[in-house]
Amino acid sequence: MAETTIARAGAQAGHPRSRPRRSELSAIAVIAHRDFIKLLRDRTRLFSELAFPLVLVLLLGPALQSGFGAPGGLDLTAFVFTGVFAQTIWQSATLGLVSLIADREEDFSQEIFVSPVSRYAIVAGKIIGEALVALPTGLGILVVGLLIGVPLTPIVLLAIIPVSLVVAVYGGAFGLLVLSNLSSQRTANQIFPFVLLPQFFLAGVFNPIHSLPLPLAILSALSPMRYAVELTRNVIYGLQPGVAAPNLTPWPANAAVMAGSFVVFLVAGTMLFVRAERNR
Amino acid sequence: MIAESTLASSSTAHAPARQDVPAIEVANLVKRYRKADRNAVDGISFQVGAGEFFALLGPNGAGKTTTLSILTTTLAPTGGQALIEGLDVVTESAAVRQRVGIIFQRPSLDKNLTGEENVRFHAILYGLYPYAPGYRLMAPRYRRQVEDWAELLGLGRDIFRPVRTYSGGMLRKLEIVRSLVHRPAVLFLDEPTTGLDAPSRRALWAYLRDVRAAQETTIVLTSHYLEEAEQADRICVIDAGRVIATGSPADLTAALASEYLLVDAEDRSRLRDELDRLGREHSGDGPFRIDIATRDVHAVLRSIETPLTLVRTHAPSLEDAYLEIVSRAELGEAALGRATDTDPAGEPADG
Repeated sequence: MAETTIARAGAQAGHPRSRPRRSELSAIAVIAHRDFIKLLRDRTRLFSELAFPLVLVLLLGPALQSGFGAPGGLDLTAFVFTGVFAQTIWQSATLGLVSLIADREEDFSQEIFVSPVSRYAIVAGKIIGEALVALPTGLGILVVGLLIGVPLTPIVLLAIIPVSLVVAVYGGAFGLLVLSNLSSQRTANQIFPFVLLPQFFLAGVFNPIHSLPLPLAILSALSPMRYAVELTRNVIYGLQPGVAAPNLTPWPANAAVMAGSFVVFLVAGTMLFVRAERNR
Repeated sequence: MIAESTLASSSTAHAPARQDVPAIEVANLVKRYRKADRNAVDGISFQVGAGEFFALLGPNGAGKTTTLSILTTTLAPTGGQALIEGLDVVTESAAVRQRVGIIFQRPSLDKNLTGEENVRFHAILYGLYPYAPGYRLMAPRYRRQVEDWAELLGLGRDIFRPVRTYSGGMLRKLEIVRSLVHRPAVLFLDEPTTGLDAPSRRALWAYLRDVRAAQETTIVLTSHYLEEAEQADRICVIDAGRVIATGSPADLTAALASEYLLVDAEDRSRLRDELDRLGREHSGDGPFRIDIATRDVHAVLRSIETPLTLVRTHAPSLEDAYLEIVSRAELGEAALGRATDTDPAGEPADG
């Protein structure tokens, strides 16, 4: 038996204590890079990520439009399109982050977790990576939107790039918070319908949310997806003054709530995730 | 065989293992998983010297992988202390991670990536090279190393193909090459040859022997294959989270499993009488087992006049010793259970 207390004399000299910040940035880049090229090589995933939103954009929008006409001049096809566009990007990043749970026990992620990269860099790399992964899907939806005649001017198309990134990173941060409270992929699969599906309606992806009864209005205000959808609409409708716009919270309010909750999701999520990782 | 220069050039980022500090020091390490009703690791202590080949043996659920997870900093211990080259795995985990490499039980290569990408991402994660978005944009020194690795693995241009097209043996070898890229002082191998066929296992061990010779890497192995542990300098047998024996394979074998001679004859009663007359203790009703060292067999055989139909010597293997150790530990635990049933003040025996 070894002695209870381990002698540590002379043990420390010459060891690298902390990594230079450049190495951490490189690690973040390589983790994000890996997520992105994994997507590009997984054609089935590319297709399946695009299939569901396209069904909504191509069938639900026109169906609502033909059923309800254009209330207040609002083009329901464009309304559903903008909602589904934001929801898809946000949700893709959210679910992407949760894949860390499944990853933890297979392939390369084991390798990431035993590398000297800080847990914070792993989280940052994963959020950026999943945000990048969400963008090709968003691009696909945009192309279909243009084909079916959704009004999208060149300036909107330009502005939508940074907005998509913001929405994706926000979705990633929310995914991190959810992930940090889950122990297995099975739990994630059971929990996620309850976390995501109500938000489709509370966020107003394809329904109005500005005259809800009080309990639903409170739930809607607590739904993170709502702010992603509203900010996207702020930009798309705000940059096209001639197009009839739905009721929307002003963009500074949406942006402020997103910024505040992003910080909370990121800090709380990272702390809980790091703790849960090691204290199994 | 691998050229020493190839290994030496694998990385220049870190100093080789330090000789003045033990590679690993573990003292009273305890791990209890949440919601578990017993400790997975229950106060184990051991030391591994720099450059040593150390094997952790034990039945399934003994606590081997848990111990390795703590030593590689992916799991927090509940109690006790573990140091890698003098660095605490809890408080100095980043520095520890820089100095260890691990081959997991389950392959940890990313199947969507090529062999080169798997190695490149590892090198960037360990801070050996800055990030670049493509192979051609990486530093020339890195690209030269990739050529060396491809040659070493016999992969050629296939190193640029997705690893899902590689054979099982090749995947393991690539993992080992990757785990050595940052030149770890300690390499942990968690049942590295599970699922490999015999030729692949042998090739892997030949390769690891060369690595040890070239880099003086400390190796910690867990394995179900006792013939692999037999090559270790020292073996630590753990069961139910406790160390139950430590020593060189030869010491463990000698201490725990006995050598014996097995003889038989058509006329068994004559043989029994003769053995009794010679004063040779024996057991069994035929064949007869005589507990003696192999070197004394010749003298015994010369003294027996009864015509023999069977002569067999038994040299104990590590496997015999291991089974003996584990069954003794289980018997001890059962006895302890009985003792504590009747004597609540009874001191628990240390496994």
